[in-house]
Amino acid sequence: MSDPMLRVDNLVVRYGDIRAVKGISFQVQQGEILALVGANGAGKTTTLRAISGMLPFEGSVVLEGRDLRGLTPDRILRLGLSHVPEGRGIFGGLTVMENLQLGAWIRRDKAGRARDLELVMDVFPRLRERVAQLAGTLSGGEQQMLALARARMSDARILILDEPSMGLAPKLVQEVFAVLRQLNKRGVTILLVEQNANMALRLAHRACLLETGNLVLEGPASELLVNPRVREAYLGAG
Amino acid sequence: MDYFAQQAINAIQLGSIYALIALGYSMVYGVLVMINFAHGDVFMVSSFFCFLLLLLLPVPFVAALIIVMLATAVLGVALERLAYRPLRNAPRVSAIITALGCGLIIQNTTLSLSPYSQRMPELFVPVTWNFGGVTVSSLQLLIIGVSVGLMIGLDFFIRRTRYGMAMRAIAQDRITVPLMGIPVNTMIALTFAIGAALGGAAGVLYASAYPVISATMGVLIGWKAFVAAVIGGIGSVRGAVLGAYVLGSVEVFTVTVLPSTYRDLVVYALLLVILIFKPYGLLGRPAVQKV
Ligand SMILES: Nc1ncnc2c1ncn2[C@@H]1O[C@H](COP(=O)(O)OP(=O)(O)OP(=O)(O)O)[C@@H](O)[C@H]1O
Ligand SMILES: [Mg+2]
Repeated sequence: MSDPMLRVDNLVVRYGDIRAVKGISFQVQQGEILALVGANGAGKTTTLRAISGMLPFEGSVVLEGRDLRGLTPDRILRLGLSHVPEGRGIFGGLTVMENLQLGAWIRRDKAGRARDLELVMDVFPRLRERVAQLAGTLSGGEQQMLALARARMSDARILILDEPSMGLAPKLVQEVFAVLRQLNKRGVTILLVEQNANMALRLAHRACLLETGNLVLEGPASELLVNPRVREAYLGAG
Repeated sequence: MDYFAQQAINAIQLGSIYALIALGYSMVYGVLVMINFAHGDVFMVSSFFCFLLLLLLPVPFVAALIIVMLATAVLGVALERLAYRPLRNAPRVSAIITALGCGLIIQNTTLSLSPYSQRMPELFVPVTWNFGGVTVSSLQLLIIGVSVGLMIGLDFFIRRTRYGMAMRAIAQDRITVPLMGIPVNTMIALTFAIGAALGGAAGVLYASAYPVISATMGVLIGWKAFVAAVIGGIGSVRGAVLGAYVLGSVEVFTVTVLPSTYRDLVVYALLLVILIFKPYGLLGRPAVQKV
Protein backbone atom coordinates (compact mmCIF):
# COMPACT_ATOMS: atom_id res chain seq x y z
CA MET A 1 0.00 0.00 0.00
CA SER A 2 1.26 3.47 -0.89
CA ASP A 3 2.15 6.02 1.75
CA PRO A 4 -0.83 8.03 2.91
CA MET A 5 -1.07 11.68 1.94
CA LEU A 6 -1.78 12.69 5.53
CA ARG A 7 -0.87 10.58 8.51
CA VAL A 8 -2.07 11.48 12.01
CA ASP A 9 -0.52 9.43 14.81
CA ASN A 10 -1.48 9.51 18.45
CA LEU A 11 -2.69 13.07 18.23
CA VAL A 12 -3.32 14.72 21.58
CA VAL A 13 -4.54 18.32 21.78
CA ARG A 14 -5.06 20.18 25.03
CA TYR A 15 -6.81 23.37 26.02
CA GLY A 16 -5.02 24.10 29.26
CA ASP A 17 -5.51 20.99 31.38
CA ILE A 18 -8.37 19.63 29.33
CA ARG A 19 -7.55 17.05 26.69
CA ALA A 20 -9.98 17.71 23.86
CA VAL A 21 -8.37 15.10 21.57
CA LYS A 22 -7.05 12.05 23.36
CA GLY A 23 -4.60 10.26 21.14
CA ILE A 24 -6.24 9.56 17.81
CA SER A 25 -4.65 8.05 14.71
CA PHE A 26 -5.91 8.00 11.15
CA GLN A 27 -4.69 8.39 7.61
CA VAL A 28 -5.98 10.09 4.52
CA GLN A 29 -5.02 8.45 1.24
CA GLN A 30 -4.15 10.41 -1.85
CA GLY A 31 -7.32 11.14 -3.84
CA GLU A 32 -9.86 10.02 -1.28
CA ILE A 33 -12.56 11.77 0.73
CA LEU A 34 -12.34 10.92 4.41
CA ALA A 35 -15.22 12.02 6.63
CA LEU A 36 -14.68 12.73 10.29
CA VAL A 37 -18.04 12.62 12.04
CA GLY A 38 -19.11 12.96 15.64
CA ALA A 39 -21.34 14.84 18.04
CA ASN A 40 -20.92 18.39 19.30
CA GLY A 41 -17.76 18.75 21.32
CA ALA A 42 -16.26 15.48 20.06
CA GLY A 43 -13.06 17.25 19.06
CA LYS A 44 -13.46 17.49 15.29
CA THR A 45 -12.63 21.17 14.99
CA THR A 46 -9.77 20.77 17.42
CA THR A 47 -8.31 17.97 15.29
CA LEU A 48 -8.43 20.08 12.14
CA ARG A 49 -6.90 23.07 13.89
CA ALA A 50 -4.00 20.97 15.09
CA ILE A 51 -3.41 19.57 11.60
CA SER A 52 -3.33 23.01 9.97
CA GLY A 53 -0.96 24.47 12.55
CA MET A 54 -3.45 26.62 14.44
CA LEU A 55 -2.99 24.70 17.71
CA PRO A 56 0.02 23.00 19.28
CA PHE A 57 -0.28 19.23 19.68
CA GLU A 58 1.41 16.07 20.86
CA GLY A 59 1.86 13.05 18.63
CA SER A 60 2.62 13.51 14.97
CA VAL A 61 1.05 14.88 11.83
CA VAL A 62 2.84 14.05 8.62
CA LEU A 63 1.89 15.46 5.22
CA GLU A 64 3.42 13.59 2.27
CA GLY A 65 6.31 12.43 4.41
CA ARG A 66 6.86 15.84 5.96
CA ASP A 67 6.46 16.35 9.70
CA LEU A 68 4.22 19.35 10.36
CA ARG A 69 5.19 19.84 13.99
CA GLY A 70 5.86 23.45 14.85
CA LEU A 71 4.93 24.82 11.42
CA THR A 72 2.62 27.84 11.21
CA PRO A 73 -0.55 27.66 9.08
CA ASP A 74 0.95 29.78 6.32
CA ARG A 75 3.87 27.34 5.95
CA ILE A 76 1.52 24.36 5.95
CA LEU A 77 -0.61 25.91 3.22
CA ARG A 78 2.55 26.27 1.15
CA LEU A 79 3.04 22.53 1.54
CA GLY A 80 -0.35 22.00 -0.11
CA LEU A 81 -2.87 21.73 2.72
CA SER A 82 -5.72 24.22 2.89
CA HIS A 83 -8.08 24.51 5.86
CA VAL A 84 -11.55 25.99 5.42
CA PRO A 85 -12.40 26.88 9.01
CA GLU A 86 -15.61 26.46 10.93
CA GLY A 87 -17.78 29.50 10.24
CA ARG A 88 -16.11 29.98 6.83
CA GLY A 89 -13.63 32.74 7.73
CA ILE A 90 -14.76 35.07 4.97
CA PHE A 91 -13.35 38.61 5.05
CA GLY A 92 -16.65 40.44 5.05
CA GLY A 93 -15.23 43.91 4.47
CA LEU A 94 -13.34 42.82 1.36
CA THR A 95 -14.89 42.15 -2.02
CA VAL A 96 -15.53 38.68 -3.36
CA MET A 97 -12.66 39.18 -5.80
CA GLU A 98 -10.30 40.28 -3.03
CA ASN A 99 -11.20 37.22 -1.00
CA LEU A 100 -10.37 35.04 -3.99
CA GLN A 101 -7.09 36.89 -4.54
CA LEU A 102 -6.15 36.33 -0.91
CA GLY A 103 -6.86 32.65 -1.44
CA ALA A 104 -4.24 32.67 -4.19
CA TRP A 105 -1.75 34.66 -2.09
CA ILE A 106 0.96 31.98 -2.15
CA ARG A 107 0.87 31.50 -5.90
CA ARG A 108 3.35 33.19 -8.17
CA ASP A 109 2.16 31.73 -11.47
CA LYS A 110 -0.04 34.39 -13.00
CA ALA A 111 -1.35 32.20 -15.78
CA GLY A 112 -2.30 29.42 -13.38
CA ARG A 113 -4.07 31.89 -11.12
CA ALA A 114 -6.06 33.34 -13.98
CA ARG A 115 -6.98 29.86 -15.16
CA ASP A 116 -8.16 28.82 -11.70
CA LEU A 117 -10.12 32.02 -11.29
CA GLU A 118 -12.01 31.15 -14.47
CA LEU A 119 -12.48 27.63 -13.20
CA VAL A 120 -13.97 28.64 -9.86
CA MET A 121 -16.21 31.16 -11.59
CA ASP A 122 -17.51 28.33 -13.76
CA VAL A 123 -18.08 26.12 -10.77
CA PHE A 124 -19.68 28.93 -8.76
CA PRO A 125 -21.53 31.12 -11.27
CA ARG A 126 -23.14 33.10 -8.48
CA LEU A 127 -19.75 34.41 -7.45
CA ARG A 128 -19.05 35.62 -10.95
CA GLU A 129 -22.06 37.93 -10.79
CA ARG A 130 -20.88 39.27 -7.43
CA VAL A 131 -17.12 39.73 -7.79
CA ALA A 132 -17.28 43.40 -6.83
CA GLN A 133 -19.69 42.92 -3.93
CA LEU A 134 -18.49 43.00 -0.31
CA ALA A 135 -18.27 39.41 0.85
CA GLY A 136 -20.10 40.26 4.08
CA THR A 137 -23.23 41.04 2.09
CA LEU A 138 -23.41 37.57 0.51
CA SER A 139 -25.97 35.08 1.78
CA GLY A 140 -24.76 32.27 4.01
CA GLY A 141 -24.78 29.80 1.15
CA GLU A 142 -22.89 32.17 -1.11
CA GLN A 143 -20.33 32.74 1.62
CA GLN A 144 -19.79 29.02 1.92
CA MET A 145 -19.31 28.84 -1.85
CA LEU A 146 -16.82 31.67 -1.58
CA ALA A 147 -14.91 29.89 1.20
CA LEU A 148 -14.62 26.79 -1.00
CA ALA A 149 -13.69 28.81 -4.07
CA ARG A 150 -11.08 30.69 -2.09
CA ALA A 151 -9.56 27.46 -0.81
CA ARG A 152 -9.50 26.14 -4.37
CA MET A 153 -7.57 29.25 -5.48
CA SER A 154 -4.63 28.18 -3.33
CA ASP A 155 -4.23 25.11 -5.57
CA ALA A 156 -3.90 22.98 -2.44
CA ARG A 157 -3.73 19.24 -3.00
CA ILE A 158 -5.60 18.45 0.19
CA LEU A 159 -8.55 20.39 1.58
CA ILE A 160 -9.68 20.05 5.15
CA LEU A 161 -13.21 21.36 5.59
CA ASP A 162 -14.96 22.11 8.87
CA GLU A 163 -18.73 21.71 8.52
CA PRO A 164 -19.26 23.18 5.08
CA SER A 165 -22.99 22.47 5.40
CA MET A 166 -23.44 24.47 8.59
CA GLY A 167 -26.40 26.81 8.45
CA LEU A 168 -27.34 25.96 4.88
CA ALA A 169 -30.73 25.00 3.53
CA PRO A 170 -30.92 21.37 2.29
CA LYS A 171 -30.81 22.41 -1.33
CA LEU A 172 -27.62 24.39 -0.77
CA VAL A 173 -26.08 21.54 1.15
CA GLN A 174 -26.66 19.38 -1.92
CA GLU A 175 -24.92 21.99 -4.04
CA VAL A 176 -21.94 22.24 -1.73
CA PHE A 177 -21.54 18.48 -1.66
CA ALA A 178 -21.78 18.31 -5.42
CA VAL A 179 -18.93 20.81 -5.64
CA LEU A 180 -16.86 18.75 -3.21
CA ARG A 181 -17.39 15.67 -5.33
CA GLN A 182 -16.36 17.62 -8.40
CA LEU A 183 -13.19 18.93 -6.74
CA ASN A 184 -12.34 15.42 -5.63
CA LYS A 185 -12.81 14.15 -9.20
CA ARG A 186 -10.23 16.72 -10.27
CA GLY A 187 -7.75 15.12 -7.91
CA VAL A 188 -8.15 17.09 -4.69
CA THR A 189 -7.92 14.97 -1.55
CA ILE A 190 -10.52 15.92 1.08
CA LEU A 191 -10.77 15.55 4.85
CA LEU A 192 -14.34 16.50 5.70
CA VAL A 193 -15.70 17.23 9.17
CA GLU A 194 -19.46 17.10 9.33
CA GLN A 195 -22.38 17.03 11.73
CA ASN A 196 -24.54 16.12 8.82
CA ALA A 197 -23.34 12.53 9.01
CA ASN A 198 -25.85 11.23 6.52
CA MET A 199 -24.66 13.46 3.69
CA ALA A 200 -21.01 13.14 4.65
CA LEU A 201 -21.10 9.35 4.69
CA ARG A 202 -22.77 9.25 1.31
CA LEU A 203 -20.07 11.43 -0.17
CA ALA A 204 -16.98 10.00 1.52
CA HIS A 205 -14.99 6.91 0.65
CA ARG A 206 -13.99 6.23 4.22
CA ALA A 207 -15.00 7.65 7.56
CA CYS A 208 -13.95 7.95 11.19
CA LEU A 209 -16.26 8.39 14.14
CA LEU A 210 -15.04 10.57 16.96
CA GLU A 211 -16.55 10.48 20.45
CA THR A 212 -15.32 12.79 23.22
CA GLY A 213 -11.82 12.97 21.88
CA ASN A 214 -11.46 9.29 20.97
CA LEU A 215 -11.67 7.61 17.63
CA VAL A 216 -14.20 4.84 18.11
CA LEU A 217 -14.92 3.56 14.61
CA GLU A 218 -13.16 3.64 11.30
CA GLY A 219 -14.04 2.04 8.00
CA PRO A 220 -15.55 2.40 4.56
CA ALA A 221 -18.20 5.12 4.67
CA SER A 222 -20.83 2.73 3.29
CA GLU A 223 -20.27 0.48 6.30
CA LEU A 224 -20.55 3.30 8.83
CA LEU A 225 -23.71 4.37 7.12
CA VAL A 226 -25.37 1.06 8.01
CA ASN A 227 -23.61 0.59 11.34
CA PRO A 228 -26.31 0.42 14.06
CA ARG A 229 -24.25 2.50 16.48
CA VAL A 230 -23.85 5.30 13.96
CA ARG A 231 -27.42 5.08 12.78
CA GLU A 232 -28.74 5.33 16.30
CA ALA A 233 -26.60 8.23 17.42
CA TYR A 234 -26.21 10.33 14.28
CA LEU A 235 -28.66 9.37 11.64
CA GLY A 236 -31.76 9.51 13.78
CA ALA A 237 -32.96 6.11 12.61
CA GLY A 238 -33.08 2.63 14.08
CA MET B 1 -9.63 87.58 3.51
CA ASP B 2 -5.88 87.54 3.02
CA TYR B 3 -5.57 86.81 6.66
CA PHE B 4 -7.95 83.92 6.31
CA ALA B 5 -6.04 82.50 3.34
CA GLN B 6 -2.81 82.84 5.26
CA GLN B 7 -4.22 80.95 8.22
CA ALA B 8 -5.67 78.30 5.94
CA ILE B 9 -2.20 77.56 4.61
CA ASN B 10 -0.85 77.32 8.13
CA ALA B 11 -3.70 74.99 9.06
CA ILE B 12 -2.99 72.71 6.12
CA GLN B 13 0.68 72.60 7.03
CA LEU B 14 0.00 71.70 10.64
CA GLY B 15 -2.75 69.25 9.67
CA SER B 16 -0.37 67.50 7.25
CA ILE B 17 2.14 66.83 10.00
CA TYR B 18 -0.57 65.62 12.37
CA ALA B 19 -1.90 63.40 9.60
CA LEU B 20 1.40 61.63 9.05
CA ILE B 21 1.63 60.83 12.76
CA ALA B 22 -2.06 59.97 13.14
CA LEU B 23 -1.71 57.38 10.36
CA GLY B 24 0.75 55.42 12.51
CA TYR B 25 -1.70 55.23 15.40
CA SER B 26 -4.55 54.29 13.13
CA MET B 27 -2.77 51.61 11.11
CA VAL B 28 -1.46 49.82 14.18
CA TYR B 29 -4.87 50.01 15.80
CA GLY B 30 -6.38 48.64 12.61
CA VAL B 31 -4.32 45.46 12.59
CA LEU B 32 -3.80 44.85 16.32
CA VAL B 33 -6.59 46.79 18.06
CA MET B 34 -3.82 48.29 20.13
CA ILE B 35 -2.86 51.88 20.77
CA ASN B 36 0.84 52.34 20.31
CA PHE B 37 1.38 55.01 22.93
CA ALA B 38 5.11 55.11 22.14
CA HIS B 39 4.36 56.51 18.69
CA GLY B 40 4.60 60.17 19.74
CA ASP B 41 8.09 59.53 21.05
CA VAL B 42 9.00 57.64 17.90
CA PHE B 43 8.05 60.79 16.01
CA MET B 44 10.13 62.89 18.42
CA VAL B 45 13.22 60.71 18.16
CA SER B 46 13.02 60.77 14.37
CA SER B 47 13.61 64.52 14.39
CA PHE B 48 16.70 63.82 16.52
CA PHE B 49 17.78 61.24 13.95
CA CYS B 50 17.48 64.02 11.39
CA PHE B 51 19.43 66.40 13.62
CA LEU B 52 22.24 63.88 14.12
CA LEU B 53 22.35 63.01 10.45
CA LEU B 54 22.79 66.65 9.50
CA LEU B 55 25.52 67.13 12.09
CA LEU B 56 27.46 64.20 10.68
CA LEU B 57 26.72 64.65 7.03
CA PRO B 58 24.99 67.64 5.45
CA VAL B 59 22.84 65.69 3.00
CA PRO B 60 20.13 67.27 0.85
CA PHE B 61 16.53 67.26 2.00
CA VAL B 62 15.30 64.27 0.03
CA ALA B 63 18.19 62.09 1.22
CA ALA B 64 17.61 63.14 4.83
CA LEU B 65 13.93 62.34 4.50
CA ILE B 66 14.57 58.87 3.12
CA ILE B 67 17.34 58.00 5.60
CA VAL B 68 15.31 59.15 8.60
CA MET B 69 12.21 57.31 7.40
CA LEU B 70 14.22 54.10 7.08
CA ALA B 71 15.88 54.52 10.48
CA THR B 72 12.53 55.21 12.14
CA ALA B 73 10.98 52.20 10.40
CA VAL B 74 13.70 50.04 11.94
CA LEU B 75 12.89 51.48 15.36
CA GLY B 76 9.18 50.77 14.86
CA VAL B 77 9.85 47.16 13.87
CA ALA B 78 12.21 46.70 16.83
CA LEU B 79 9.54 47.99 19.22
CA GLU B 80 7.01 45.57 17.82
CA ARG B 81 9.37 42.63 17.82
CA LEU B 82 10.94 43.16 21.24
CA ALA B 83 8.19 44.76 23.28
CA TYR B 84 4.75 44.17 21.78
CA ARG B 85 4.89 40.77 20.11
CA PRO B 86 5.66 38.85 23.32
CA LEU B 87 2.53 40.43 24.81
CA ARG B 88 0.22 39.90 21.89
CA ASN B 89 -2.00 37.48 23.78
CA ALA B 90 -1.50 39.11 27.17
CA PRO B 91 -4.22 41.19 28.84
CA ARG B 92 -4.85 44.47 27.07
CA VAL B 93 -3.67 46.56 29.99
CA SER B 94 -0.21 44.95 29.84
CA ALA B 95 0.19 46.01 26.23
CA ILE B 96 -0.92 49.55 27.05
CA ILE B 97 1.52 49.87 29.95
CA THR B 98 4.30 48.42 27.82
CA ALA B 99 3.65 50.97 25.10
CA LEU B 100 3.63 53.82 27.59
CA GLY B 101 6.84 52.46 29.10
CA CYS B 102 8.55 52.20 25.72
CA GLY B 103 7.60 55.80 25.01
CA LEU B 104 9.10 56.91 28.28
CA ILE B 105 12.27 54.91 27.63
CA ILE B 106 12.71 56.56 24.23
CA GLN B 107 11.95 59.98 25.68
CA ASN B 108 14.29 59.66 28.65
CA THR B 109 17.09 58.16 26.60
CA THR B 110 16.87 61.16 24.31
CA LEU B 111 16.65 63.48 27.30
CA SER B 112 19.77 62.03 28.88
CA LEU B 113 21.69 62.44 25.63
CA SER B 114 20.29 65.87 24.90
CA PRO B 115 18.99 67.58 28.05
CA TYR B 116 18.37 70.86 26.21
CA SER B 117 16.47 71.77 23.12
CA GLN B 118 18.45 71.62 19.93
CA ARG B 119 18.38 74.02 17.06
CA MET B 120 18.04 72.20 13.76
CA PRO B 121 20.52 73.13 11.05
CA GLU B 122 18.61 74.45 8.08
CA LEU B 123 17.74 71.60 5.77
CA PHE B 124 16.43 73.79 3.12
CA VAL B 125 16.70 77.46 2.28
CA PRO B 126 13.12 78.50 1.67
CA VAL B 127 11.99 80.98 -0.90
CA THR B 128 8.87 82.98 -0.11
CA TRP B 129 6.35 84.25 -2.54
CA ASN B 130 3.73 86.87 -1.99
CA PHE B 131 0.38 86.43 -3.66
CA GLY B 132 -1.60 89.61 -3.04
CA GLY B 133 -0.82 89.78 0.66
CA VAL B 134 -0.60 86.04 1.30
CA THR B 135 2.92 84.75 1.80
CA VAL B 136 3.67 81.17 0.93
CA SER B 137 7.10 79.69 1.41
CA SER B 138 8.60 76.91 -0.62
CA LEU B 139 9.07 75.08 2.67
CA GLN B 140 5.34 75.13 3.33
CA LEU B 141 4.66 73.81 -0.14
CA LEU B 142 7.29 71.15 0.37
CA ILE B 143 5.78 70.03 3.68
CA ILE B 144 2.29 69.88 2.24
CA GLY B 145 3.47 68.26 -0.98
CA VAL B 146 5.53 65.55 0.71
CA SER B 147 2.74 64.78 3.18
CA VAL B 148 0.02 64.59 0.59
CA GLY B 149 2.27 62.51 -1.66
CA LEU B 150 2.94 60.02 1.13
CA MET B 151 -0.75 59.83 2.03
CA ILE B 152 -1.79 59.18 -1.55
CA GLY B 153 0.93 56.54 -1.81
CA LEU B 154 -0.28 54.89 1.36
CA ASP B 155 -3.90 54.92 0.25
CA PHE B 156 -2.88 53.30 -3.03
CA PHE B 157 -0.80 50.74 -1.17
CA ILE B 158 -3.65 49.76 1.13
CA ARG B 159 -6.37 49.66 -1.49
CA ARG B 160 -4.58 48.34 -4.51
CA THR B 161 -1.65 46.11 -3.58
CA ARG B 162 -1.59 42.56 -2.30
CA TYR B 163 0.19 43.57 0.88
CA GLY B 164 -2.38 46.27 1.49
CA MET B 165 -5.13 43.74 0.93
CA ALA B 166 -3.53 41.41 3.47
CA MET B 167 -3.37 44.24 6.00
CA ARG B 168 -7.07 44.95 5.57
CA ALA B 169 -7.76 41.25 6.01
CA ILE B 170 -5.75 41.13 9.24
CA ALA B 171 -7.74 44.07 10.53
CA GLN B 172 -10.88 41.99 10.08
CA ASP B 173 -9.86 38.53 11.16
CA ARG B 174 -6.36 37.85 12.35
CA ILE B 175 -7.07 34.16 13.03
CA THR B 176 -8.09 33.28 9.48
CA VAL B 177 -5.36 35.23 7.67
CA PRO B 178 -2.59 32.63 8.19
CA LEU B 179 -4.86 30.04 6.56
CA MET B 180 -4.46 32.08 3.35
CA GLY B 181 -0.71 31.48 3.52
CA ILE B 182 -0.06 35.01 4.72
CA PRO B 183 2.64 35.31 7.39
CA VAL B 184 0.83 37.43 9.95
CA ASN B 185 3.89 38.42 11.93
CA THR B 186 5.60 39.74 8.85
CA MET B 187 2.52 41.76 7.95
CA ILE B 188 2.25 43.21 11.44
CA ALA B 189 5.93 44.14 11.37
CA LEU B 190 5.36 45.78 7.99
CA THR B 191 2.49 47.79 9.46
CA PHE B 192 4.74 49.05 12.25
CA ALA B 193 7.47 49.83 9.73
CA ILE B 194 5.15 51.92 7.57
CA GLY B 195 3.54 53.68 10.53
CA ALA B 196 6.92 54.53 12.02
CA ALA B 197 8.34 55.64 8.66
CA LEU B 198 5.45 58.07 8.24
CA GLY B 199 6.12 59.32 11.78
CA GLY B 200 9.75 59.72 10.70
CA ALA B 201 8.69 61.81 7.72
CA ALA B 202 6.64 63.92 10.12
CA GLY B 203 9.72 64.32 12.32
CA VAL B 204 11.79 65.66 9.42
CA LEU B 205 9.03 67.99 8.21
CA TYR B 206 8.25 69.23 11.70
CA ALA B 207 11.89 69.94 12.41
CA SER B 208 12.14 71.87 9.16
CA ALA B 209 9.07 73.96 9.93
CA TYR B 210 9.68 74.51 13.66
CA PRO B 211 13.44 74.09 13.94
CA VAL B 212 13.78 73.81 17.70
CA ILE B 213 13.44 70.21 18.84
CA SER B 214 13.32 68.74 22.32
CA ALA B 215 13.02 65.32 23.89
CA THR B 216 9.57 66.06 25.31
CA MET B 217 7.90 67.40 22.20
CA GLY B 218 6.57 63.99 21.26
CA VAL B 219 4.17 63.99 24.18
CA LEU B 220 1.93 66.85 23.19
CA ILE B 221 2.21 66.42 19.43
CA GLY B 222 1.79 62.66 19.67
CA TRP B 223 -1.24 63.14 21.86
CA LYS B 224 -2.77 65.59 19.39
CA ALA B 225 -2.18 63.21 16.52
CA PHE B 226 -3.79 60.44 18.53
CA VAL B 227 -6.82 62.67 19.13
CA ALA B 228 -6.90 63.35 15.39
CA ALA B 229 -6.95 59.60 14.71
CA VAL B 230 -9.82 59.15 17.15
CA ILE B 231 -11.80 62.07 15.71
CA GLY B 232 -11.42 60.59 12.24
CA GLY B 233 -12.26 57.07 13.41
CA ILE B 234 -9.30 55.10 14.67
CA GLY B 235 -8.43 52.18 12.42
CA SER B 236 -9.48 54.12 9.34
CA VAL B 237 -6.66 55.50 7.23
CA ARG B 238 -8.72 58.15 5.48
CA GLY B 239 -10.29 59.00 8.83
CA ALA B 240 -6.89 59.71 10.36
CA VAL B 241 -6.13 62.17 7.57
CA LEU B 242 -9.51 63.86 7.83
CA GLY B 243 -9.27 64.08 11.62
CA ALA B 244 -5.80 65.60 11.38
CA TYR B 245 -6.88 68.36 9.01
CA VAL B 246 -9.95 69.07 11.15
CA LEU B 247 -7.75 69.29 14.24
CA GLY B 248 -5.08 71.43 12.54
CA SER B 249 -7.73 73.85 11.30
CA VAL B 250 -9.47 74.09 14.64
CA GLU B 251 -6.17 74.83 16.37
CA VAL B 252 -5.06 77.47 13.92
CA PHE B 253 -8.41 79.22 13.66
CA THR B 254 -9.09 79.12 17.39
CA VAL B 255 -5.93 81.10 17.94
CA THR B 256 -7.01 83.71 15.42
CA VAL B 257 -10.18 84.53 17.40
CA LEU B 258 -9.32 83.55 20.99
CA PRO B 259 -6.25 83.84 23.19
CA SER B 260 -3.88 80.98 22.47
CA THR B 261 -4.44 79.52 25.93
CA TYR B 262 -7.91 78.47 24.74
CA ARG B 263 -6.52 76.32 21.96
CA ASP B 264 -6.37 72.96 23.70
CA LEU B 265 -9.62 73.59 25.54
CA VAL B 266 -11.40 74.02 22.23
CA VAL B 267 -9.65 71.00 20.72
CA TYR B 268 -10.68 68.62 23.49
CA ALA B 269 -14.19 70.05 23.69
CA LEU B 270 -14.48 69.37 19.98
CA LEU B 271 -13.27 65.82 20.54
CA LEU B 272 -16.01 65.23 23.10
CA VAL B 273 -18.72 66.75 20.92
CA ILE B 274 -17.70 64.71 17.88
CA LEU B 275 -17.59 61.51 19.87
CA ILE B 276 -21.02 62.16 21.37
CA PHE B 277 -22.53 62.37 17.91
CA LYS B 278 -20.19 59.92 16.18
CA PRO B 279 -18.87 57.49 18.78
CA TYR B 280 -16.67 55.74 16.22
CA GLY B 281 -15.28 58.98 14.82
CA LEU B 282 -16.07 60.71 11.55
CA LEU B 283 -15.21 57.80 9.24
CA GLY B 284 -14.96 54.95 11.73
CA ARG B 285 -17.20 51.94 11.73
CA PRO B 286 -18.03 49.64 14.59
CA ALA B 287 -15.86 46.53 14.56
CA VAL B 288 -17.47 43.63 12.73
CA GLN B 289 -18.92 41.31 15.33
CA LYS B 290 -17.21 37.95 15.26
CA VAL B 291 -19.44 35.04 16.12
N1 LIG C 1 -10.64 27.46 22.97
C1 LIG C 1 -11.04 26.45 23.78
N2 LIG C 1 -10.74 26.47 25.10
C2 LIG C 1 -11.12 25.45 25.91
N3 LIG C 1 -11.82 24.39 25.49
C3 LIG C 1 -12.16 24.32 24.21
C4 LIG C 1 -11.79 25.36 23.28
N4 LIG C 1 -12.27 25.03 22.06
C5 LIG C 1 -12.91 23.85 22.23
N5 LIG C 1 -12.84 23.42 23.50
C6 LIG C 1 -13.41 22.17 24.03
O1 LIG C 1 -12.85 21.09 23.35
C7 LIG C 1 -13.82 20.10 23.06
C8 LIG C 1 -13.82 19.81 21.58
O2 LIG C 1 -14.27 20.97 20.88
P1 LIG C 1 -14.34 21.04 19.29
O3 LIG C 1 -14.63 22.43 18.92
O4 LIG C 1 -13.13 20.41 18.71
O5 LIG C 1 -15.59 20.13 19.02
P2 LIG C 1 -16.32 19.79 17.66
O6 LIG C 1 -16.29 18.33 17.50
O7 LIG C 1 -15.77 20.59 16.55
O8 LIG C 1 -17.80 20.24 17.99
P3 LIG C 1 -18.91 20.95 17.06
O9 LIG C 1 -19.53 19.89 16.27
O10 LIG C 1 -19.87 21.52 18.05
O11 LIG C 1 -18.23 21.98 16.25
C9 LIG C 1 -15.13 20.64 23.58
O12 LIG C 1 -15.37 20.02 24.83
C10 LIG C 1 -14.89 22.11 23.76
O13 LIG C 1 -15.63 22.62 24.84
MG1 LIG D 1 -16.51 22.09 15.38
